[in-house]
Amino acid sequence: MFEIFRPRVFFNLANSSLFWLKLLFIISLIISLSFALIFSPIDYLQKDTVRIMYVHVPSSWISLFIFLIIGVSSFISLIFRIKIFSVYAKTLAPIGFVFSLISLVSGSLWGYPTWGTWWSWDARLTSMLVLVLIYFIYICTWNLIKNFNTAEKITNIIAIIGLINLPIIKFSVNWWNTLHQPSSITLSSAPTIHVSILAPLLMMFFTLCIFSLIIFLIRYKYEIINFRINKK
Amino acid sequence: MFSKSSISRLKVFFLFFFFTILVIFFVYKNIKKNSVYFYSPKQVQNLNNMPSAPVRIGGLVKQGSIKKNNGIYNFIITDLNNDIFVEYKGLLPDLFIEGKSAVVEGYLKDKKSFIARTVLAKHDQNYMPPEIAKMLKVKTENNK
Repeated sequence: MFEIFRPRVFFNLANSSLFWLKLLFIISLIISLSFALIFSPIDYLQKDTVRIMYVHVPSSWISLFIFLIIGVSSFISLIFRIKIFSVYAKTLAPIGFVFSLISLVSGSLWGYPTWGTWWSWDARLTSMLVLVLIYFIYICTWNLIKNFNTAEKITNIIAIIGLINLPIIKFSVNWWNTLHQPSSITLSSAPTIHVSILAPLLMMFFTLCIFSLIIFLIRYKYEIINFRINKK
Repeated sequence: MFSKSSISRLKVFFLFFFFTILVIFFVYKNIKKNSVYFYSPKQVQNLNNMPSAPVRIGGLVKQGSIKKNNGIYNFIITDLNNDIFVEYKGLLPDLFIEGKSAVVEGYLKDKKSFIARTVLAKHDQNYMPPEIAKMLKVKTENNK
């Protein structure tokens, strides 16, 4: 079962699946974008501005999810000394960083016509900015410290501390009064988004997940070769 | 299953983890008490002394309360029990609609009146196409 985590097996798997993933990505991108931009209806209040959500929400989800994986991998690497998990975390970091930036920028573009402001220091926006900064510090640490073993330990600790921020982002809209609206899609109740708007949202989420996976595999091949060369 | 050194690292980790959770719990309780993004009209009524610094108040914009004269808007922010009269000079955001929620930023004159510097519209978590919204509206009016 753990065979897949062996670098050689994973490397070959990445090589053989990349073509099919790219094909799936292009097909899925065409379908989901045409739904998001053309076929989906406008919102009754926001009109066409609602289409920003199709990029904003999946990017936020992915940036949070990637940080969760980075945190858990760092934990495994720090406690059980399985170095390959640090390589996974290092590989994922820039992807999550870019998605968290996309989330902030698209949210800001949505906020100006809807709320009447680009930025406001409410709990959700501030905690998301903290996530971007943690990603930034995490990536900088990898790049500034040349010795792999030292960099590994420090980044593992940064990632585990950063995990604390995730529940704060998730529940900020419930714990505090925020300008940002509460979650529309929750596990406990039916989504408050009409199905004609929800469907393109989930399609875009799927597409961006595939995209992240492709970038991850490409970056992984580079990072694992780098790791092997430095070890010698 | 795990090596001895792994288990000792795990112990140290959980010790740190426990203390961090404890610290965060206290910080969180404190932050929740001291930092509010906006007050509700009810919280304003319960204030003991008037804040001189700018504050934010959030609530529903009362139905039929938006009036405009000489470029100055007057409207009422309410939580359905307590009303606050707001005065604002400037442009209103598109989603500032009667019956929907909004956040105003500015100075409290007294517990009933407020001079707004900025007006922000708050969007709720409901998204739907206009036809469905119209249908829902007809339905609720029939129920009344």
